Amino acid sequence: MSGGADEPGSGRAEVGPPLLWRDLRRFTTARVGLGRVGHAQPTSAHLDFQEAHARARDAVWSALDSTALASSLEAFGVATRQVASEAADRRTYLLRPDLGRRLAAADREVLAADSRPGCLALVVADGLCASGVQTQAAELVAHLLPALGASGWDLAPVVLASQARVALGDDVGEVLGAVAVAVMIGERPGLSAIDSVGIYLTWAPHRGRTDAERNCISNIRPAGLRPADAARKLLWLLAAARRLGATGVALKDDESVALEGTASPTIDAMQR
Amino acid sequence: MGFAHTVGGTRYVFDDLRTLLARATPARSGDLLAGVAAASSAERVAAQRALADLPLGHFLDESVIPYEADEVTRLIVDSHDPRAFAPVRHLTVGGFRDWLLADADGAVLSALAPGLTPEMVAAVSKICRVQDLVAIAAKCRVVTRFRNTLGLPGTLSIRLQPNDPVDDPKGVAAQILDGLLLGAGDAVIGVNPATDSPDNICRLLTMLDALRERFAIPTQSCVLAHVTTTLLAIERGAPVDIVFQSIGGTEGVNRSFGVSLDLLREAREAALGLRRGTLGDNVMYFETGQGSALSAEAHHGCDQQTLEARAYAVARAFAPLLVNSVVGFIGPEYLFDGKQILRAGLEDHFCGKLLGLPMGVDVCYTNHAEADQDDMDALLTLLGVAGVTYVMGVPGADDVMLAYQSTSFHDGLYARAVLGKRPAPEFAAWLDAMGIARRTPEQLPAVMAPVLA
Repeated sequence: MSGGADEPGSGRAEVGPPLLWRDLRRFTTARVGLGRVGHAQPTSAHLDFQEAHARARDAVWSALDSTALASSLEAFGVATRQVASEAADRRTYLLRPDLGRRLAAADREVLAADSRPGCLALVVADGLCASGVQTQAAELVAHLLPALGASGWDLAPVVLASQARVALGDDVGEVLGAVAVAVMIGERPGLSAIDSVGIYLTWAPHRGRTDAERNCISNIRPAGLRPADAARKLLWLLAAARRLGATGVALKDDESVALEGTASPTIDAMQR
Repeated sequence: MGFAHTVGGTRYVFDDLRTLLARATPARSGDLLAGVAAASSAERVAAQRALADLPLGHFLDESVIPYEADEVTRLIVDSHDPRAFAPVRHLTVGGFRDWLLADADGAVLSALAPGLTPEMVAAVSKICRVQDLVAIAAKCRVVTRFRNTLGLPGTLSIRLQPNDPVDDPKGVAAQILDGLLLGAGDAVIGVNPATDSPDNICRLLTMLDALRERFAIPTQSCVLAHVTTTLLAIERGAPVDIVFQSIGGTEGVNRSFGVSLDLLREAREAALGLRRGTLGDNVMYFETGQGSALSAEAHHGCDQQTLEARAYAVARAFAPLLVNSVVGFIGPEYLFDGKQILRAGLEDHFCGKLLGLPMGVDVCYTNHAEADQDDMDALLTLLGVAGVTYVMGVPGADDVMLAYQSTSFHDGLYARAVLGKRPAPEFAAWLDAMGIARRTPEQLPAVMAPVLA
């Protein structure tokens, strides 16, 4: 009854039509050709799934080690600040997206001392996956720093934010007097990717900005969009936003995906 | 007019119908987020008791969203059929629950549907236990047709959902073959596109139609694009079987989806004009989900389950082939865990069926919800017992485009096996003819292999 296989592909040929059920795997990353025991998936396929889900669950509940991240960023000569949202813990964060979008009042006051009108604010936020951001933020910043200096951007201290959603960057940017804010944030883990980071750029940030006023670079990870390429895209977006004096649907072209607040909302739109 | 009930010496007062409905709703995160949930278990049960005492006729006098402010309310009020309502007009909400459990049968419920408003149905669901939601829904009979017959007693259909992250035609085709080999696809072969451009949608529609024609599969295909994109595809002559759209229970949430009742009417007329259905003319496919109105800030202080039922009033105005709630997809801020998702899925199915809809459920969850495969197995099994019209089928339960977990093709086989259900009859005959009805051959059927050459 089982048509499954333990190895990917048939080994028969990588060209030509598939001959066996399991050959379907050559054409998609989806879980096809798993085989069948009675009506069910064979044990190995079942446990592959359980493993992927377990890793994704742990990634959602991972915590940002801001202190460790701060020291790796400070090694590049970058100042950092650690802040939190109004969501006190992970459970609250998941239940109350509104709280995750707001900078904690105490941190708002502390950050005000760093206000530098016209600066560029950079926020590293845990989002729905702290572990992804933890491993990739330093490399992203390292790729950005030389070019930011060369383009004349005045970089504010990098803000490390926990229990944070994308819109928390609006509060940070507002307090710092930033002309723009870039938020690097952990994306919701899927079964196949648990380390994706997204970057959301918002011009003239202040509380109340909508997603339609941001531009997004997503799927940044070693097996997706590489950090060096993501940094290049962000620099392009920054230059374009400075020319245009805006981000969002007004700034839409091949270099990025603008966030549109219309038509059919996607699952991603609902998680921000 | 207000409502009140006393529990444990405390008198709880509810200012209006929408407040009473919200406070009576079993606990869920989205109503807490909206600030409309009961503050305590005692307040909730007080609201349920007050609601149980409310005459059904009251729902014809008080709308949860004003008639003047909302075209969905106007649709509900203007399309109400008093003659169909007559058999239950003397009942309270509590009496209606008793009547549904004791007296009603399938024929009676079919005749009653046009007499029910979504708020009546939502109200009775709030005082039902899970077993009531299952038992009453199981009595309902809703049959729809396009190229096959969906919803017949003893059947359970599957939407084959072959989503690809970049809409790669071979990636989509490989998943379709996998699904067909595992008995899925009788509800619809329906792709969520990664890119909603007219060129891309037309390309996918043409590819799906060619594949269906090649194997002569008695089913329908759909690309789940925005309705305006599908209208463009129809203008360009693309092979559109059924028209998909996400909808909600208020004019505002529908606006956030970029649709209105007029636009849906226009789309249905366009699809009917193609005359592609061979057995029937149910040409619409709608998706809904508790929490979408709050997400769009268009909830008017109503609870999310009442608004979900109102979305079904929108759906039934267009005689759809398929409707499904994407119950666990919207996120944990609306339905936090397996318990909330399970109850909501059964409520949605119950309300849709009582309103006369061919109701399916996307038994699903995201990775930031407190849910897992065990929760999905429980919901799938309960829905199967409740007579769900169809569920989703994705390879290995893992949708690699939308990054969430739904039911697998294998899950569909499981539900049919343990519940003694069959696919739609035309599709079952096709599976037989292909030699894949009872087992999946290791060797691909000869007709299938060239699709991926």
